[in-house]
Amino acid sequence: MTIEIRAQQIRKRQNRRNAMKMAGRYCLAIGITLVFIFPVYWLFSISFKTPDEIFHHPPVWFPESIQFDNYGVLFKDGDAITVWNSLVIATVSTVFAMFLGTIAAYSLARFKTGGQHLGIWIISQRMLPPIVIVFPIFLLYVWLGWVDTYHGLIILYTAFNLPYVIWMMRGYMEDIPIELEESALVDGCSRWEVLWKVVLPLARSGIFATAVFTFVFAWNDFIFALILSRTEVTTFPVQVTHYFGGQSNFWAKIAAMSVLGTIPIFIAVAIMQRFLVRGISMGAVKG
Amino acid sequence: MDTLGAHRSPAKAFSAGRFADKNFKYLTIAPAVFLILLIGLFPLVYTLMVSFQNINMMEVDTSFSGLMNYEMLFEESRLWLSLGHTLIFTAIALPIELGLGLLMALLFLERLPGKQIFVALLVLPTMMSPIVAGAVWRLLFDNRYGPINQILGWIAGEPVTILWTINPDFVYPAILIAEVWQWTPFMFLILLAGLSNVDSAQTEAAEIDGAPYWLIFYKIIIPAIWPVMAIALLIRGLDLFRLFDVVYALTQGGPGTMTETISVYAYVQGFKQFETSFTGAIAFLVIIMLTVIVIYALKKMELVEK
Repeated sequence: MTIEIRAQQIRKRQNRRNAMKMAGRYCLAIGITLVFIFPVYWLFSISFKTPDEIFHHPPVWFPESIQFDNYGVLFKDGDAITVWNSLVIATVSTVFAMFLGTIAAYSLARFKTGGQHLGIWIISQRMLPPIVIVFPIFLLYVWLGWVDTYHGLIILYTAFNLPYVIWMMRGYMEDIPIELEESALVDGCSRWEVLWKVVLPLARSGIFATAVFTFVFAWNDFIFALILSRTEVTTFPVQVTHYFGGQSNFWAKIAAMSVLGTIPIFIAVAIMQRFLVRGISMGAVKG
Repeated sequence: MDTLGAHRSPAKAFSAGRFADKNFKYLTIAPAVFLILLIGLFPLVYTLMVSFQNINMMEVDTSFSGLMNYEMLFEESRLWLSLGHTLIFTAIALPIELGLGLLMALLFLERLPGKQIFVALLVLPTMMSPIVAGAVWRLLFDNRYGPINQILGWIAGEPVTILWTINPDFVYPAILIAEVWQWTPFMFLILLAGLSNVDSAQTEAAEIDGAPYWLIFYKIIIPAIWPVMAIALLIRGLDLFRLFDVVYALTQGGPGTMTETISVYAYVQGFKQFETSFTGAIAFLVIIMLTVIVIYALKKMELVEK
């Protein structure tokens, strides 16, 4: 047997072993993903089930037909307005937080305003438990008459998300080469023009990614909305908990409302792929 | 910073444009700092103030009442129990999330067709609203119509009727399962990114020298991803310390006060019992504890210089 044939045999065996290994890893990957995705599937499937299918023992694994009655009820009863409330509050607070946070981040990134301490102080504000923040804010809002108002929640979400925006945008802006800004300054641009015309366009993708995350945080929040809303500006997470209670016949509403609140998250994940890791790790991993 | 302005005539220096340019770095950061003070400094000061008064549902006594509320903290066993529950949740969930996340990251590290799709699907739980996650598990855990008991029944070979959210033996596993389900993908994503950045030349060199995999793992891979791992642990640890949504959705702290976390306890005291001043004292205690823990953790993890 020549050496060449022997080498070929070994290579073939290795390839086969690699293929087997790959198949094994593939099965494992699919299995794990199914386990993690099953609860999401179950949520969707309940939202499409008829009451008979929901309260069937043993459980019905696949709804007979896709029907939207459970969603129709939400719109007919007016409960779907809470999704609209969430949308308004999350969107407006995101716009404010992005504007204020981005210009502040530029100040931190370029001029090192306040040294290292200001940056650390800002991000440390995010570490406090929301209940600790919302308790005095609630007392303040009662005094101001801001409980159960749009602006009350919008201001709180703006303030709460600002540290995140500043922290993330500082990172994105530090990635931008300073030379472009310097040449714009030499050309006679004011500082403000430099920020507006040179820096922001370059930080476009970072701004976009941070905005999506900020929106998701405000959209998903429960505890602030629970305490600072009553009936007028109830957001969808609070509405979901209104269906809890002893009576289990609200299952369809729980599921349908949760799905309405989860669809924007799906869209966010789909368009955010590239920035996911950097976004959730608060910029610690550039991914 | 801007010394050029000093040579110009005073009239010019005080024109609006010059002023804006000169103080640009302060003007841009001021509104943000002002708003953050609203949630950063104001709660601290106001909570401290309230905690020295005596405000509750019955009376509004704003006179200085000394350390009364703080003395009550030490007598209130429910507070320390809720703190204990919070620590139990953290101590169990954090290592499981880290371990599972790490194993999954290792699985997905090598080339795998369709990796992007897997990652996108796996990240969904993490991005969902925690209260929705709690609601989902409420439906899954239902003793009669939920699929969990059904699946367990298949495995056991006999009908299983566990009351997950009521039975004292199962409330902790129920909350932990929901928690681990939602946040393991978070660990997975961050660790996957961390592992991808490990210099493969080093691990290959060790492999050629005949080092076994576990040794390479402990001596090269873990130290290399440690900074990333530490950040992930810190973020998750702080999240677990404020655990609220999943508990609220699944058990509301019950049965009794068995699963009450510090956040749930503060919520009940402040917004159900209206013990305003006492809640102020709790909140202040939490702020102090967190500050100490965070500073200690940061130093221990060597993320900031000593």
